[in-house]
Amino acid sequence: MSLNRKDLLGLEHLDKKDLQLILDSVKPFKDLFTRSVKKAPTLIGKTVVTLFYEPSTRTRTSFEIAAKRLSADVVNLTVSASSVVKGESLIDTGKTLEAMKADYVIIRHSLSGTPDILARNLNASIINAGDGFHEHPTQGLLDLYTMYEKKKTLEGLRVLLVGDILHSRVAKSNIWALTKMGAKVSVAGPPTLIPDKIEELGVKVYYDLDEAIKEADVVNILRIQLERQQENLFPSVREYVELYQLTKERLAKAKSGVMIMHPGPMNRGVEISSDVADSPNAVIYEQVTNGIAVRMAVLYLLKPNNKGKK
Amino acid sequence: MSLHIKNIRIADPSQNKDEKGDLFVENGKIVSKLSANPDKIIDGRGKIAVPGLIDVHSHLREPGQEGKETIKTGTRAAAKGGITSVLCMPNTKPVIDNAPTVEFILLKAQKEGVVNVFPIGCATKGSLGQELSEIGVLKRAGIVAVSDDGLPVADSQIMRRALEYTKMFKLPVISHSEDKELSKNGVMNEGKNSMILGLRGIPRQAEEVMVARDIMLAELTGGYLHIAHVSTAGSVDLIRQAKKKGIKVTAETCPHYFTLTDDVVKLYDTNTKMNPPLRGDKDVAAVKEGLADATIDCIATDHAPHSQEEKNKEYDLAPFGIIGFETMLSLVLSELVSAKVLTLMQCIEKMSVNPAKIFNLEGRGSLKEGSIADITIIDPQYSYEFTKESIISKSKNSPFIGRKFTGGAVMTIVGGNIVYQI
Amino acid sequence: MSEIILDSNGFQKAVETLSKDIFEKNKNIADIAVVGIQHKGVCVAKRLLAGLAKLAAIDERDIPFGTLDITLYRDDLDNFGADMPVIKDTLIPFDISKKKIILVDDVLYTGRTVRAALDVLMHFGRPKCIQLAVLIDRGHRELPIEAGYTGFKSVIDGKVKVECKEMDGQDRVIIL
Repeated sequence: MSLNRKDLLGLEHLDKKDLQLILDSVKPFKDLFTRSVKKAPTLIGKTVVTLFYEPSTRTRTSFEIAAKRLSADVVNLTVSASSVVKGESLIDTGKTLEAMKADYVIIRHSLSGTPDILARNLNASIINAGDGFHEHPTQGLLDLYTMYEKKKTLEGLRVLLVGDILHSRVAKSNIWALTKMGAKVSVAGPPTLIPDKIEELGVKVYYDLDEAIKEADVVNILRIQLERQQENLFPSVREYVELYQLTKERLAKAKSGVMIMHPGPMNRGVEISSDVADSPNAVIYEQVTNGIAVRMAVLYLLKPNNKGKK
Repeated sequence: MSLHIKNIRIADPSQNKDEKGDLFVENGKIVSKLSANPDKIIDGRGKIAVPGLIDVHSHLREPGQEGKETIKTGTRAAAKGGITSVLCMPNTKPVIDNAPTVEFILLKAQKEGVVNVFPIGCATKGSLGQELSEIGVLKRAGIVAVSDDGLPVADSQIMRRALEYTKMFKLPVISHSEDKELSKNGVMNEGKNSMILGLRGIPRQAEEVMVARDIMLAELTGGYLHIAHVSTAGSVDLIRQAKKKGIKVTAETCPHYFTLTDDVVKLYDTNTKMNPPLRGDKDVAAVKEGLADATIDCIATDHAPHSQEEKNKEYDLAPFGIIGFETMLSLVLSELVSAKVLTLMQCIEKMSVNPAKIFNLEGRGSLKEGSIADITIIDPQYSYEFTKESIISKSKNSPFIGRKFTGGAVMTIVGGNIVYQI
Repeated sequence: MSEIILDSNGFQKAVETLSKDIFEKNKNIADIAVVGIQHKGVCVAKRLLAGLAKLAAIDERDIPFGTLDITLYRDDLDNFGADMPVIKDTLIPFDISKKKIILVDDVLYTGRTVRAALDVLMHFGRPKCIQLAVLIDRGHRELPIEAGYTGFKSVIDGKVKVECKEMDGQDRVIIL
């Protein structure tokens, strides 16, 4: 039972067998949540550092809870964006953490490829908690697990991703994982937010959400960054809402059991209407719960041994 | 110092000559025979003598950024790569937009350099793209071309004036062809790889839009336009058409644009980051085609040294550019000559004869009697691995570290003096 | 060559002895719950469950039953290198507080598995007591842990393998 790697940098490089292994490993961790003591001594004495160069309450909290439920010591480090340019280099920061005997470094960064750089320079296990527009592998895995848990199989499952595909690391990780597991992935959004090469990843492109939603078993709605409007990627929030907000009316055009997902934090009233977010179709809070279990499974599978490293 | 190079294959496209023979050097010139016994006899068996290589695009970083490179280290690195003359871009600190800076560089080169250094002056004051620099004064000080390299001349009117004004000096205007708005925030070629890596892309059109504009302006003005670092199939096409129409335009490409694609960016290795960025397979093929059919006139390094501290960074934050002096000839020999894309003669034409012609470097680019004795001696069998430790340049930012080569310079002669030999 | 220390008959007898001993000490069967340690301990636990039900003349479904995996509580996870052990189900579908837990494993050896299992149980609540039943006690203890009920006891140096019908097609215990 092994992922054969020291780091989790992205889902691009995992194969179907690895993904299945992770999916199969989640349940025992989720089971822990039902005990009166929601904690196991698995990572006792291990040090987990969350190194966040970008603010993110939920991902950091999720990793922190995951690590703590496995009895690891968790240190949270938040580095402000301005000190990236002025201050200590990423590699020096990483090496400093290693000198403090961090066993895992969980990194979130606004620049793509930063986890790869750390992984090359450090012996600690590096887990990518979202880098630039590249990948967010644990989010991809928790989305995958949530679909797997509910739908039992991913083979042939029709999953629609809606919104800013171009800048979305969540979309990228979802696409890698889902296509490898045999799901049929499509994306919907304005052409300015969909890279034209996305089809080469085996993804179907729609510009019309009403058309795209008809066949979907799962709709995963991405958060729209409002600053994209300043880059002229869409003319106004009002127009975006009109064309791409998932509303009750649009939901009515989908299959009745369609599952609604959102990686959070939601912009209610922008990419998703409140009534859809709170509808029985939405599994948004289950995603949050699964996120912890999935991250525990990842920490477990990447556990460093006492001989140094894998 | 007089030299007698014996029994060597002499490959000199300037005379359309490729034959075995002897070469004689006296008083810094190529001569038909020596007036006395030579100071040194060189056994040329198995080797090739070619007119000294001229690199029309480099950054020596001095003055201002001596941590990256100096004239002293840069010219030694060039000599190791078989290069006898380098043209250096004006984006130093301060920029080369005034005569004293030109004089400083020439003086430094004379004192500390081992190969010829020909400065390129700024096309606009401060390279700010707003007012023409004092090109006449710069010309008198010794520049051989003007350019704002690193930046395009964004304002079409100013580019037009630069092309017009330089006509009286017969100075080429070198265009760094990039539409800065289209390439904004981009760090690699736009395409599948940039999408997968989550890096902002630079579309090919950011280059091609400017190539097209500058060709039109060359047509309008009759100026001497030289397109720097051609990287895309579209640019090759535009230049080919322009030449067919008789527009005065010349162009260069760099070894990395015919050897690497953006596939090598995969590991976020910042030694794959340069501007223009590495493109795709089709572009590599088109650049080779453009070299073969003489659309592209020169092969240059775009030697752009950056310190390890600057390069060992997040991909977005690392500066653009790679070093190239020490690998150009070997890359040309393996990727073009051995691969039968170009003949050796064609390659020498692009690395010596054409550069001398385009930039009016009199007495260079030839092994004709009376020429300046700038000679590169190539051993086509010389095998080596390009290691980080072997790099002479002050900076080590090369994507070719670890590559094994067959064929390279084994001796470099500048003005009749041996400045490098293995 | 493997040496058989319990054949099918011996296995059966050992289970019967265990069931009887447990029943003797725990006449109030309503307090009892049986928990088997993954993997083979579950098998032995199921046999004991049947034995106890028979002795108490009740349906075995009336005795709470659970399975327990100790992987996340092991003290030797650092020794696994890249290959982490597979985690099996821990299913305790009843409230363990106020229950007398009969914790069952196939082999008692160093005592480390039982140590871990005790921790797992404690994380489910506060049982009235925990009693340990093992099919084989092979000695070589490294922790101060002893079984309350033992089917077969002997100091054994080789590797002991318990086979049972449900998983291996036959009931027996061998030394490899």
